[in-house]
Amino acid sequence: MTARRVPFAVSATAVVTYAFLHLPLLVLIAFSFNRSRFGVQWGGFTLDWYARLAFRPDILRAMRLSLVVGLLSTLLATAMGTLAAVALARYLPRARRAAGGLLYLPIVTPEIVAGVSLLVLFSWMGIALGITTIVIAHTAFSIPFVTVVVLARLQGTDHTLEEAAMSLGADELSTFRRVTLPQLMPGVLAGALLAFTLSFDDFVTTFFVSGVGSTTLPLAVYSMVRKSVEPTINALSALLVMVTTVAVYLADRLARGSTRA
Amino acid sequence: MRRGILRWIARHPRSPGALLLGPGGLWLLAFFLLPILILLVYSVMPRGAYGGVQPGFTLEHYRRFLDPLYLGILRRTIWLSFLCTLACLLLAYPTAFYIARSGPRRNLFLFLAVLPFWTSSLVRTYAMIFLLRDSGLINRALMDAGLIQLPLRLLYTEGAVLAGLVYGALPFMILPIYASIEKLDPALLEAAEGLGARSWSRFTRVVWPLTAPGVAAGSLLVFVPSLGSFVVPDLLGGARQMMIGNLIQNQFGPSRNWPFGSAAAFAVMALVLVAMLGVLRMKGLDDEHGTSKGRGA
Repeated sequence: MTARRVPFAVSATAVVTYAFLHLPLLVLIAFSFNRSRFGVQWGGFTLDWYARLAFRPDILRAMRLSLVVGLLSTLLATAMGTLAAVALARYLPRARRAAGGLLYLPIVTPEIVAGVSLLVLFSWMGIALGITTIVIAHTAFSIPFVTVVVLARLQGTDHTLEEAAMSLGADELSTFRRVTLPQLMPGVLAGALLAFTLSFDDFVTTFFVSGVGSTTLPLAVYSMVRKSVEPTINALSALLVMVTTVAVYLADRLARGSTRA
Repeated sequence: MRRGILRWIARHPRSPGALLLGPGGLWLLAFFLLPILILLVYSVMPRGAYGGVQPGFTLEHYRRFLDPLYLGILRRTIWLSFLCTLACLLLAYPTAFYIARSGPRRNLFLFLAVLPFWTSSLVRTYAMIFLLRDSGLINRALMDAGLIQLPLRLLYTEGAVLAGLVYGALPFMILPIYASIEKLDPALLEAAEGLGARSWSRFTRVVWPLTAPGVAAGSLLVFVPSLGSFVVPDLLGGARQMMIGNLIQNQFGPSRNWPFGSAAAFAVMALVLVAMLGVLRMKGLDDEHGTSKGRGA
């Protein structure tokens, strides 16, 4: 489809779409380097607002909590999501359609419904809200994403290699460890990066399952935004955007590499 | 079907498939499906003290939606989600087309279209506030240009909420449409052209019907999250532009009426279900249409 000329209206709409998608964040990032405190006049370049973040104990604490939650839930979701993908692709091919329901349901359920339902569950079970409940919730919404990414990778791998290993006398565990897993690795890493990004950025679910003293970075940003609009929020937002962009870029490279292989 | 797997796993508890699927499957059952079932039970129980419930059965929480106040919130939620879907479609279809034809830079354009999906919705909503508020960039530019004397009220309007929703949802519309356009066989277009079809009828009679599944999938992926949105109307709409997500948050937060909040959450789920069934039906009809046509040819 590359040879045809694109009508002007089509390219014009594409330009509008890309401007709409990216200008607001680019403006935000640009103004995080703006010296003037109030408003939109350009007062010269500064890194002051970033430096200020380093002296905000509440933000540093929130950042640390977000990292810990992100790492724990990524580890759990990647392990369980990868195993589930292998099960669906290799052992339960006929169950895939049915399991798809349980897998895709969390992706299409509005996040606020999942969030309040977890709040009700935890209060019903008498579990105090805090870092544990946040990790449980983030793991739950990340598993389907990991499974979907790894499943896509599994479809591209060669099943006969595993059969060869088995016929050469490898048992199932060492076949999995030495043949299946290395082939899957790019998909697993891509899934892990996406799980981390989902957790690190999550606001809605965390809002409902966090307790006093367990403020993640997005929760801190929310309470700052509700209070006022100030350049430190721009700096913090810019940092968040950069972390996400790098993670997604890496995940994208890994996933792309897997389709080429 | 799902019971089928569970029965299979129960019968073969030591099979590798069951062992591998087990942990993730159980996690999702315990922390996704079970909570939603508990929420359903809460929504039909009488309200207790401090947000809890009392034993008993009642439909009063669902009946409350007949109140004009809540009907209004429900209507606004559906209307804004519909407008958002329409706006996304109008922007995304040409954009997806453009990406499909951008040759070597296709991967870059695709990456740029998907990137916002992974960026925090909170940060992006804040970026909107930064542009739209009274002393924001848009008002400042218009005032400096002498076009207006007083700042326009852009924030806390229906338009602001709509802009925020579209901003967050666009990637979900672009991706499925792009996927269906990419699968389109150029030979079909050449055939249509060879048979004398002009560009407009090539579009309406070849391209559009073949990309309709992508449009249906994209519309679902945009409409459904819009129904449950909470951050965007909260920060860009204020108290006057409440959507059902804000109502749910309110009931679980300050109002402490968990059963009514649960009922509101199930109202959202019901809307989601209707939307999904609607799209599946459309797809089903399309398939039948397609096969009967195929047989005729």
